[in-house]
Amino acid sequence: MSGHSTYVPKTAIGKWFEARLPVVRLLHDTAVSYPTPRNLNALWTFGGILAMMLVVQIVTGIVLAMHYAAESTIAFRSVESIMRDVNWGWLIRYLHANGASMFFIAVYIHIFRGLYYGSYKAPREILWILGVIIYLLMMAAAFMGYVLPWGQMSFWGATVITNFFTALPIVGQPIQTLLIGGFSVDNATLNRFFSLHYLLPFLIAGVVVLHVWALHVVGQNNPLGIDVKSEKDTVPFTPYATSKDVLWIVLFMIFYGWFVFYQPNFLGHPDNYIEANPLSTPAHIVPEWYFLPFYAILRAIDFNIGPIDSKLGGVLAMFGAIAVLAFLPWLDTSKVRSGRFRPIFKVAFWVFGVNALFLGYLGSQATDAIIAGLQAVSWAKLSTFYYFAYFLVILPVLGYIEKPKPLPVSINDAILAKSVPGSAH
Amino acid sequence: MAESDTPAEPTRRDFLLHAAGAFGVVGVAAAAWPFVDQMNPDASTRALASVEVDISGVQPGQAITVMWRGKPVVIRNRTEKEVEEGKTVKLEDLKDPLARNANTDAAADATDANRAATGKENILVMTKVCTHLGCIPLDESGEFGGWFCPCHGSVYDTAGRIRKGPAPENLPIPPYAFLSDTKIRIG
Repeated sequence: MSGHSTYVPKTAIGKWFEARLPVVRLLHDTAVSYPTPRNLNALWTFGGILAMMLVVQIVTGIVLAMHYAAESTIAFRSVESIMRDVNWGWLIRYLHANGASMFFIAVYIHIFRGLYYGSYKAPREILWILGVIIYLLMMAAAFMGYVLPWGQMSFWGATVITNFFTALPIVGQPIQTLLIGGFSVDNATLNRFFSLHYLLPFLIAGVVVLHVWALHVVGQNNPLGIDVKSEKDTVPFTPYATSKDVLWIVLFMIFYGWFVFYQPNFLGHPDNYIEANPLSTPAHIVPEWYFLPFYAILRAIDFNIGPIDSKLGGVLAMFGAIAVLAFLPWLDTSKVRSGRFRPIFKVAFWVFGVNALFLGYLGSQATDAIIAGLQAVSWAKLSTFYYFAYFLVILPVLGYIEKPKPLPVSINDAILAKSVPGSAH
Repeated sequence: MAESDTPAEPTRRDFLLHAAGAFGVVGVAAAAWPFVDQMNPDASTRALASVEVDISGVQPGQAITVMWRGKPVVIRNRTEKEVEEGKTVKLEDLKDPLARNANTDAAADATDANRAATGKENILVMTKVCTHLGCIPLDESGEFGGWFCPCHGSVYDTAGRIRKGPAPENLPIPPYAFLSDTKIRIG
């Protein structure tokens, strides 16, 4: 897909450099002349938005680390000092804290875009799996970052999540002790989480390079889900994709800015402004919003399944909910990529989307809350069932029983048919 | 390396290659171990301090919480009603049938007597850390009149036994001994 390079160095220095390190050629081929399908919609700008968010998080994070102290007796105070004393500290911290939420909003849109248009199907399996790895690294980075302010939610979130490992038989307890460096979450835990929180974004950046590389080998998917057949189906990345990316990055920044400047604590939890107290668990402990669907799945398994007790079952279901994504390229048996041409899939997909939001809502509720006459935990069981059924039953079976609508001959034909009725063929 | 499927004798070079490779693997593992083990708690953390607690001021229906190994241990002076409720529960109604008492046999049943202090059925000493994911259950709450964990909704009865919710085990009872009628040493 990437085709041969069209870069021609014009200046003498350019030629001299090109013969020694062709990095300008690499950038030109990647970000200027790279052919993109001409029918990409706005959902395809979220890759660019995510790249921007990664840069924002790294830049704000490096600055915060200049003022933060990773020591359990002063960590909370140092964050308050960032908010009150450090010049512009409030802005930088709010950008970083809300930036994490924006990063997840963008990644969820990006993932659901891929789910709907079948971007995970051959030949993009590796591209998709690299995306799942980035998502996992993001979750680890976000979790450890949330621990650093050393508030009540930080402390109890760290306690609950590191306790996931104790669900494993025999090796579980030693692994947990190794992770937190003691018998309970304490200074040792805070220190290593800070170290790893600083490391992970750079690992993410590394996997992003592989993700973009894989993308440029196989080419972008598009809303029709059909392969690019000729040059007529594509436009060069610059100016077409770059200008569209910039437009949506600006719109996204307005959305981001609204949170930072008008609702900076809307997505957080007030209990995290209370310093960590190992003797008192907050009455309603909830993770950050982006983990709520998985939290609901964790709590849904409150029954033993044969030799697997409820605790291990919940942890396995929660990790399984993410791991199943990595197998998606082989679970979806349909040859048609785009949901536009799959009438039954379309329904199952939207139910899946609503179900995922509903799981998030359930994660925010107490387990014994009554919703429409049923306990939240019972709803969570139903929702968890559909979540897994979508991947393990619906997608594998649909490929055999669904009759897809006819696909257009090419991207170019489909566009012409739309703009000038009757002109294609 | 069976003789039958290797016609040529292994050469001196083959031997050196394999020996060097094996040494390399052992060397890398040995070098990696300090980088793994440094994450474990050091000796100062592992050194187990025991705590002595005076419980003379704990009236029936009251409880105190002390820290032991960085974890809260609750000492509750149970009311007669609570003891009665703990005793009337049938063993088959329990999710975890074991006493989880470090001071009794590991296979002991989770009867109220095996959970309470020996000879003092009103005193209950246990680590107040939910066996699900480590939150601190709230005292005197939940539908069984014992403890309720706010994190994921585990409910413990008046003897600290898991009755409902995702937690797999009864709240553990740490090793402890009565030094006098009103003094307990934990650990």
